[in-house]
Amino acid sequence: MADAVRVSVTVNGRQHEAEVEPRLLLVHFLRDKLGLTGTHVGCDTSNCGACTCHVDGEAVKSCTVLAVQADGSEVTTIEGIGQEGNLHPLQEAFWKHHGLQCGYCTPGMIMAAADLIADNPNPSEHDVREALAGNLCRCTGYHNIVKAVRAAAAEMGGAEARPAAREEEPAWAHQA
Amino acid sequence: MGAPGVEAAERSEPSGNGHVGRALPRKEDPRLITGRATYTDDLVLPGMLYAAIVRSPEAHARIVSIDTEAAKARADVEAVFTGEDMADMAAPCPMVWVPPGVEVKVPDHWPLARGKVGYVGQAVAVVLGTDKYGVVDAAEDVIVEYDPLPVVTDPEAALEEGAPLIHPDYGTNKVFEWSLPGGDVEAAFRDSDVVVEKRIVNHRTAGAAIEPRAALAEWRQGKLTLYSSTQIPHIARVILSIQLGITEDKIRVVAPEVGGGFGSKLQVYGEEVLACWTAMKTGRPVKWTATRTDEMAVTHHGRDQIDYIRIGAKRDGTVTGIHAKVIQDCGSYHLIEGPVIPTFTSCVIAGCYKFPAVRTDIIGVFTNKFTTDAIRGAGRPEATHMIELTMDALADELGMDRLELRRKNFITEFPHELPHGFIYDSGDYNGTLDKCLEKLDLDAFRREQEELRSRGVYRGVGFSTYVEICGLGPSRALGPKGWGMQGGYFESAQVRVHPTGSVTVYTGTSPHGQGLETSFAQIAADRLGVDPSVVDVIHGDTNTGPFGKNTYGSRSLAVGGEAIARAAEKVADKARRIVAHSLEAAPEDIELVDGTFRVAGSPDKGMTLAEVAGEAYIPGDLPEGMEAGLDEISFYDPSNFVWPFGAHACITEVDAETGRVDVVRYIAVDDCGPAINPLLIDGQIHGGIVHALGQALYEQVVYDETGQLVTGTFVDYALPSAADVPSFETDRTETPSPTNTLGVKGVGEAATIACSPAVVSSVLDALAPLGVTHLDMPLTPMRVWNAIQQAKGGAS
Repeated sequence: MADAVRVSVTVNGRQHEAEVEPRLLLVHFLRDKLGLTGTHVGCDTSNCGACTCHVDGEAVKSCTVLAVQADGSEVTTIEGIGQEGNLHPLQEAFWKHHGLQCGYCTPGMIMAAADLIADNPNPSEHDVREALAGNLCRCTGYHNIVKAVRAAAAEMGGAEARPAAREEEPAWAHQA
Repeated sequence: MGAPGVEAAERSEPSGNGHVGRALPRKEDPRLITGRATYTDDLVLPGMLYAAIVRSPEAHARIVSIDTEAAKARADVEAVFTGEDMADMAAPCPMVWVPPGVEVKVPDHWPLARGKVGYVGQAVAVVLGTDKYGVVDAAEDVIVEYDPLPVVTDPEAALEEGAPLIHPDYGTNKVFEWSLPGGDVEAAFRDSDVVVEKRIVNHRTAGAAIEPRAALAEWRQGKLTLYSSTQIPHIARVILSIQLGITEDKIRVVAPEVGGGFGSKLQVYGEEVLACWTAMKTGRPVKWTATRTDEMAVTHHGRDQIDYIRIGAKRDGTVTGIHAKVIQDCGSYHLIEGPVIPTFTSCVIAGCYKFPAVRTDIIGVFTNKFTTDAIRGAGRPEATHMIELTMDALADELGMDRLELRRKNFITEFPHELPHGFIYDSGDYNGTLDKCLEKLDLDAFRREQEELRSRGVYRGVGFSTYVEICGLGPSRALGPKGWGMQGGYFESAQVRVHPTGSVTVYTGTSPHGQGLETSFAQIAADRLGVDPSVVDVIHGDTNTGPFGKNTYGSRSLAVGGEAIARAAEKVADKARRIVAHSLEAAPEDIELVDGTFRVAGSPDKGMTLAEVAGEAYIPGDLPEGMEAGLDEISFYDPSNFVWPFGAHACITEVDAETGRVDVVRYIAVDDCGPAINPLLIDGQIHGGIVHALGQALYEQVVYDETGQLVTGTFVDYALPSAADVPSFETDRTETPSPTNTLGVKGVGEAATIACSPAVVSSVLDALAPLGVTHLDMPLTPMRVWNAIQQAKGGAS
């Protein structure tokens, strides 16, 4: 094992100092050192995007970034983008439009979609599909993910017409 | 075996607030969208060791020696074990299909290889240590010497005389031979005017759940707890008990959040057993997490059939018989049920059609590849694929319209008994096809197609009209005396009303993305007159609720949901007796209206469930002889399977220069009975379509001739991305099943069972002007381009 290296990373607005192996992946730093297990590992090869988080505002696949590369950076994970009671519009839209089933790809999908909307506030279906091509989902067939991302973009101020409001508003929908 | 008859269940309309049928957003989502859900690999226990596995790079070899010294010498390594160290295991992996009167060869399959290996990736040793990365380094220090043996990977070659024998003691690579006839199929072919035959390769695929498998075991004070990314915690407990030789009361299996299964986690894997065994040996918790390469190599694969199919018909298009000969590649060892999977092909070999005679012959074969077992559809997609493409070929041979041929032969009266004994419960095959065609506008497409062809653009349309068998299943048909599965296929539910009137439902199913916490809450809420928000659904823990049979075979709703309806009905019955007693009325006069159990004719006299619960748990004045509490269990064993059906249409465009196929439109009209939650049904259909589109166009598990796995990552195994597929047009018809009181059928596998022939048929339709008449999946650009070149060559 090579000598540990000191890193300082601001994660979800909070600064963390740690001694890490130079080979430690950012995703394992987040999950194992900080206990932020919302960022997942699905493929180890940057294909599936389950590990997507933001480093200095850009979506990255944290299974292919070393923790030392994030030294001095601002990292945002799914836990930092919104919480129950104060959901991010993308989280709200994934819920409302059934954009998730098992939920394993969802954090990465939401972080990748947030990056898309930051660059392109009014994405077409084609734009969404191309932008999410690096995030794999086995459950949903992507249909409702695409719907959710476009709805969130509209909610966040894009010009697209919002999809029709949800038919049903169950009690728990307002508890979050 | 005999298929069960239909005993119609009396359909009772829910008497509560009408939550069933509503597209409620899911109760499980808040934790999943905020990153607060807990999957197995998220768990950490005090003193926990990490496990790394040393795997065979050889497809077939004797193990000459294993040197673990260097690994053991590392400071952060706690222990290293090999197969020889595990002599105290009580049993190898049991295989649970024991068909009466049929021999199925089941070689011992241990968590760590003993003496030889039969597939690339077979576990040979396990390294345990305190550092996640350190154990992987240490595993590389384990030196294994192999003496390679001849390899066979092609199942037809493996059956030939002189092929290398994978288990020499058997003297053959044939695992089993099994037939299911119904009617005289040879006579049917003799009486046919036309017989069409096809050879179809239904290639090997991966389940490819995005969450890799993981197992965390803890042995504390004589009790074992396994947290595992599994679809089957209850079944796993039984199998762990058998393999480890400890009684079930000492074992708890928990399926925490599970990140997709698709059949690939309908299994008890060697790594789960290994985590338990090593935790017991070291006295410390042990966690193993698969890499994606582990997933691709040693998470069971699906399909891998070579199908020979014949359909006979009269000149007017009336079908006379269907005969399928299936060669199933089983891999070199079995896990819990692989060999039974192709037999499900036989259940639906008649498709939607009135075949007077049917026959399916299945041969299972050992090859030097990993195990095949259940993957979404499990034997039924193979059936639909061969039936539908051969029906197309028959129509072409007869010069008949492909849909007219289907309609001429559709089964139209239900229940319908098939020649091989199964009974289709209900259906309306013309209804789903009509609705599909309404959405499609075939005439407009044909005009467009012709116009595009004149410009060298090749578009085609393909159809699949399907029926499938699910809701596994009636124990007397599936169990030891029937199909030969060593178990019962009931489902359990416990409905517990708490003293202040909220409700906990325990289900024996084990959802992993299906949304059952929501749909099951809807079912119970209606039966009890409460809001779904106060119904909590608990699953996936053998220490809660009764023994269950878990989630697979599109059974959760039709079996598990019905069990909940029945348990809730028992609670409601008791509530009615309590209310009747309190309000001095007859129990039969108590009705549940708008959340109140009230006396018919006296709407002002009534009690809420919370008030009833108060009486039940503070029993001052219960009816004579009634026990306290409001808590009921149901074990529901269905009288028949359920048979969802539908019609799918696919339009593709093929680039004749490159062979690239694009899906332009996809229409799915499915019937799974009355919807409990339409949102969830659509989600299952969307995902099911893409699973099969993946197989049809992109995905393939590839081994080379030396048995090396070529597709070991998502770089090589092409899972469809959002950019590869379109949005879908879906619709439903609702034909209730008479089998359960909800009238429901399963939907988790339906679209996967339906889709692939529609895709292939559409590509063949697109390429018809170029003379391409057959394509095996996956329709990669190279394969399509080659077929076009061959067709051109043949024409010149």
